[in-house]
Amino acid sequence: MALYLDAIIAGFGGQGVMLIGNLLAYAGMEAGYNVTYIPVYGPEMRGGTANCTVVISDEPIGSPIIKRPLSCIIMNLPSLHKFQPTVQDGGVVVVNSSLVDPALGDAARLKIVPVAANEIADAQGNVRMANMVALGAWLRATNAIPLDTVQQALPNVIAAHYAKLIPANANALARGWETADAAMATA
Amino acid sequence: MTASRKFLKGNEAVVYGALAAGCRCYFGYPITPQNDIPELMSSEMVKVGGQFVQAESEVGAANMLLGAAACGVRAFTSSSSPGVSLMQEAISYMAGSELPGVIVNMARGGPGLGDIGSSQGDYFQAVKGGGHGDYRCYVLAPATCQEAYDHMIEAFDVAYAWRVPVLVLGDAILGQMKEPVTTWTPDVNADAGKDWRLEGASGRPERLLKSLFLEDGALAGHNAKLQTRYRDMQPLSRLETVGVDDAELVIVAFGTIGRIARSAASQLRKQGHKVGVARPVTLFPFPVAQLQALAVPGRRFLTIEQNCGQMVEDVRLALAGKAEVAFHGHLPGNLPNPDEFIQPILDALAAKA
Repeated sequence: MALYLDAIIAGFGGQGVMLIGNLLAYAGMEAGYNVTYIPVYGPEMRGGTANCTVVISDEPIGSPIIKRPLSCIIMNLPSLHKFQPTVQDGGVVVVNSSLVDPALGDAARLKIVPVAANEIADAQGNVRMANMVALGAWLRATNAIPLDTVQQALPNVIAAHYAKLIPANANALARGWETADAAMATA
Repeated sequence: MTASRKFLKGNEAVVYGALAAGCRCYFGYPITPQNDIPELMSSEMVKVGGQFVQAESEVGAANMLLGAAACGVRAFTSSSSPGVSLMQEAISYMAGSELPGVIVNMARGGPGLGDIGSSQGDYFQAVKGGGHGDYRCYVLAPATCQEAYDHMIEAFDVAYAWRVPVLVLGDAILGQMKEPVTTWTPDVNADAGKDWRLEGASGRPERLLKSLFLEDGALAGHNAKLQTRYRDMQPLSRLETVGVDDAELVIVAFGTIGRIARSAASQLRKQGHKVGVARPVTLFPFPVAQLQALAVPGRRFLTIEQNCGQMVEDVRLALAGKAEVAFHGHLPGNLPNPDEFIQPILDALAAKA
């Protein structure tokens, strides 16, 4: 079975969507796949929202830009409004339910995975790692790349002077993975 | 040759490729979307003992490149569309003086200041001369970050082997996207240029590198020599093809649009449409013979570009009426994606000659 998966990761500037996009793509490379990562390139750069697109495939990747993604990680409400309608039928949408009412998720058409990323990260001691919690949930929901491959890729995308935060980031990824796992078990 | 795998932006791949190729001087002036090149080069060049100069302008940077190339120093400059326009005078002088300067254009929207998004509106400028006089640059059009790296190595090889300026034409997408890149280090011929470079004339006859030929017949002879060189370079042309063997329609597209078109073609293949993609890797010399070989009876062509119709003229010249060539222009200012190409491809498939 050929692997092809893409994701648009979107949120406010400062929520770390570019970082988890980089991390996911890097881990995909380490897992032996072709990958592309592209940050949004438009007026949003100057505004309040940020997004990036990651493509993972075992074949050479054509377009790094995706209009109708197979999955999304939605970190804030404007991103839900912008990207949920573009996700293909049956696609996975991880929703940060700390900031977005998961009832807004189009559960009839999509596989909505709510994760209270801010609360979970806060409980671990650093709300800024909400992005890692969300990515962890996405990893479980898609089963695209093993959690430990992503954890091991952390030193490659986190600047050296933040290296002391790598274990906490790895932990946040695991908490997100477990949360999605529990949600999927009861779904 | 040593190889390792890195995860790089296209702009970063340009820097590492140039350094692997033995580049030891960089001159530049900031402009989006290629600022990662001077930023990274400012730290990396120091590590190899080379020189990094932020010039006072693109005009200055391009003329510094001319000076370094005249000394046989491997050097390059980079910019984006409006800045590359400012460099055209120096590029013409390098062509006239047979100097191996390397120029990178991570193109953005135009005309004028345009925008900071991707565009292929500089095709004419890149392949037809750009500055004054009859000259060509060798023009490479990378579509992946790996090619951005590899093409920088090729750029220096060709520039020194043929004594022509080489232009690497990317765009905002290539510059900003990240992909795995297998880095490698070629053997660099330090003797390249030893017959003409300016390095002090002690113990040998003096040398003169110039583009001014006032003696009777001299300029004509010089032009004839350059034209012969450009014709002799034709075998360097390359065309990458995917799924063309049984194709009813071949899409011709270069650079990042070439790979986005490949995604569209792949979607349509799954629905049973016989669509292939031909991607010119060199834009000058243009892969004329390779395209002609694809023009079998009954097959149609569609050129897709992110501009208002530039390379399509060369595709039509290459095919010389042997096949119909339709055109779809994705306007600079709109970010391209595969879905936008589906309907134009279906339209081209449906149209009968």
